[in-house]
Amino acid sequence: MFETLSYATLQHYWWIIISVLAAFLVFFLFVQGGQTLIYVIGKNDNEQTLIVNSLGRKWEFTFTTLVVFGGAFFASFPLFYSTSFGGAYWLWMAILFCFVIQAVSYEFRSKPNNFLGKKTFDTFLFINGALGTFLLGVAVATMFTGANFTVNLENIANQQQRIISQWTSPWHGLEAIADWRNVLLGLSIFFLSRTLALLYFLNNIEDPEIFNRSIRHLIYNSIPFVVFFVAFLIVALIIPGQRYDTVNQLVYIEPHRLWNSLIDLPLLAILLVAGILLTLWGIAMAIFRRSTKGIWFSGSGVILVVFALFMLLAYRGNCYYPSNIDFQSSLHLRNSSSSYFTLTVMSYVSTLVPFVAAYMFWAWRAINRNKLSDKELNEGGHVY
Amino acid sequence: MNEVVDMSLVDWSRAQFALTAIYHWLFVPLTLGLSFIVAFMESIYVKTGSEEWKRMTKFWMTLFGINFAIGVATGIILEFQFGTNWSNYSWFVGDIFGAPLAIEGIMAFFLESTFIAVMFFGWNKVSKEFHLLSTWLVAFGSNISALWILVANAWMQYPAGMHFNPDTARNEMINFWDVLFSPVAINKFLHTVSSGFVLASVFVLGISAWFILHKREVALFKKSMLVASIFGIVTSIFIIITGDLSAKLIARYQPMKFAAMEGLYEGQAGADLKVFGIVTSDKHDSSLFNLPKIKYKVEIPKALSLLAFNNTNSFIPGVKELIQGDSARNILPLQEKIRRGTLAQQKLAALQKARMDKDTASYLSLKQEFMDPSFQKNYFAYFGYAFISEPHQVIPHISLTFYSFHIMVGLGFFFVILFILSLWFLFSETIENKKKFLWLALFSIPLPYIASEAGWIVAEVGRQPWTIQDYLPTFASISKIDNSSVQITLFLFAILFTALLIAEIKIMIKQIKIGPKEH
Repeated sequence: MFETLSYATLQHYWWIIISVLAAFLVFFLFVQGGQTLIYVIGKNDNEQTLIVNSLGRKWEFTFTTLVVFGGAFFASFPLFYSTSFGGAYWLWMAILFCFVIQAVSYEFRSKPNNFLGKKTFDTFLFINGALGTFLLGVAVATMFTGANFTVNLENIANQQQRIISQWTSPWHGLEAIADWRNVLLGLSIFFLSRTLALLYFLNNIEDPEIFNRSIRHLIYNSIPFVVFFVAFLIVALIIPGQRYDTVNQLVYIEPHRLWNSLIDLPLLAILLVAGILLTLWGIAMAIFRRSTKGIWFSGSGVILVVFALFMLLAYRGNCYYPSNIDFQSSLHLRNSSSSYFTLTVMSYVSTLVPFVAAYMFWAWRAINRNKLSDKELNEGGHVY
Repeated sequence: MNEVVDMSLVDWSRAQFALTAIYHWLFVPLTLGLSFIVAFMESIYVKTGSEEWKRMTKFWMTLFGINFAIGVATGIILEFQFGTNWSNYSWFVGDIFGAPLAIEGIMAFFLESTFIAVMFFGWNKVSKEFHLLSTWLVAFGSNISALWILVANAWMQYPAGMHFNPDTARNEMINFWDVLFSPVAINKFLHTVSSGFVLASVFVLGISAWFILHKREVALFKKSMLVASIFGIVTSIFIIITGDLSAKLIARYQPMKFAAMEGLYEGQAGADLKVFGIVTSDKHDSSLFNLPKIKYKVEIPKALSLLAFNNTNSFIPGVKELIQGDSARNILPLQEKIRRGTLAQQKLAALQKARMDKDTASYLSLKQEFMDPSFQKNYFAYFGYAFISEPHQVIPHISLTFYSFHIMVGLGFFFVILFILSLWFLFSETIENKKKFLWLALFSIPLPYIASEAGWIVAEVGRQPWTIQDYLPTFASISKIDNSSVQITLFLFAILFTALLIAEIKIMIKQIKIGPKEH
């Protein structure tokens, strides 16, 4: 089936998969956002336990999606993996540390004799939620604003300089935080994750106090989210970008690249606008109608927006990881992907994705048939 | 090697990878084995309806959950470290190596993470049968995950199913099934997961012994012990069989590792197997590369040849033959391998230059020569040797490899005896009176961890200097980062993982002391 597709089609197909994974990853960051709100929304031990347990039943989705996103990127676009991870060392390491400390915190926090104490594990959850989301946003923003690297495939046979991908900034990724445009997306993701978390609490926890506080804090978090996101989107639409010319086989600068991409790819423009509207609608119905269904609208909206933005990053020859030092080193779908054979094999594996999504949805429904309440936690099941 | 490589960066990067891998492997084998033990117990509960089996299932499941979380935490670092610290490697073989990692994520991680939620939170929400299915799916998910990462590791030890593409300057997959079903991959998977099964069996056996010694829930923990002993005896015998196969594969495909495992410096027909030996600080002279002398040896005559090739008279090359060559046995000397590898790299450089200069005629001619099967077999197969300049670079650390191998093998046989005894005492209904055995079982808990880590040391230290056997050494695989950056992250990981390990042990001990809950 996939053997009949061209190399370019497979490269584009795999970028769709990467975009889908990125979209779901950002949606699942509601777990991280919620972790920064445990003590804001939960005012006593009981409420905090409810919030932690509500999030704790979902943390593995985010974690797993992040790991699969990394694995899929490695398999399909290994040059990005070797260039960005090996270059922006500190940025990625900081993100990894944020996630390592999350993984144990749910299981360990309330267990007796846990060595570091409950407060420490709750602090780990907060750091993961605050710093993890912000840094992920910053890292993704460099895919729009560029980074300082060179790539030279000939180096493997060069006796003097063997390393293929080289980072030219001594800060190894931390310099991205100094670019205000990257910070805009970092803050957008941070406030988005909190906004989604509040919508999730409304839907998942049976507690009037938590409900009322969540509605109030939804206003405080959704406004900065919208402001930062719109600011970033405007910046992304107007800044010049890089594009690969398949005829001359060279990368060139295109003014207003993202804006032009929206015009050239109207379906993605529709998805982007629809996603933004759905996201806003979910927030609005929670604030104005006190609806518990907002997470489904905003969640779907976020998935559409992130998917459309990721697609716009790389389709029509756009360089999805531009080098600000050497344009010809910039990464695009053609120069950074795995071989035709590997992409074909991986495409067969990708047919499992709908099956995976189906059983995830099925299991989610089985566990979440009723809202989480004190009663359920006191029934003696597994409690974090 | 003309380039000055910062060896300290290589060493620190290796140290960081070793540290994170060792910590990760402290938790993974228990997950692999305990998931099945829990599934067995729950199956009995569902079949019999006995509350006792349900309590037992829940007790072991609690310990499984504590261990699982920290295994996940330490695992994420490993995946991303291929990019952060080994960027050249990631491009050079990412086309092949990345695929199993992605398949692991899609096929296994989602399965585990989805159904573990049902396993822990679904007791009163889903049917008994659906819950049992979830437990089994978690067990299969964990082990499928192990399959793919072990396929990836096996490929590094025995590269198969690929060719080098000079245009992209990397190795590319040409046959997925050769990667998945290479003999090394199949055996590595079976040997490694069964080590997890043995470890979990000893873990359950030891903790059950503690309860019996303290006369708490004796009937319940005798049942636990029975499940662990049956699972343990089967898998510990299986691990010896796969271990034997593993030795044969190493002898064939990684002869230098095999020589280091046995401290065999000079080749021998009808080679003796060292059952015991002490690696001393005394050195051989330069004719044997100043390698450390092994004394106080206890040897079984001709057993090494038998182990390696099923023939008591077969010749096993030692370090000397592998460095100096042996034309009678078609073993190329190291210098010749270096010459061939250098020639392959020079041809690649010329080909790349012709392409950049748009000298199409030269490019096509060089490419044809480069891709010629004879050139691939006789020259490109030694590509990695162009990075080598001294014999000692291709000799793995002898004492570490030698001791790790012998400790692993010795403990492997010990576990068989341990499980035979436990089954004997259980079936003769004398287990409660066998205090010494119960203490032995309890204090045996750390031993499979030692054996399992030793096995990885044999596998990974024994294949040095290669990240990809014969194609890419560690010092050509790294990222260009500051030495100090790697040092800082290494120490941060060491502190964090040690703290989490202490937390895990303390929580585990407390949960064990609390024991199974009433409901």
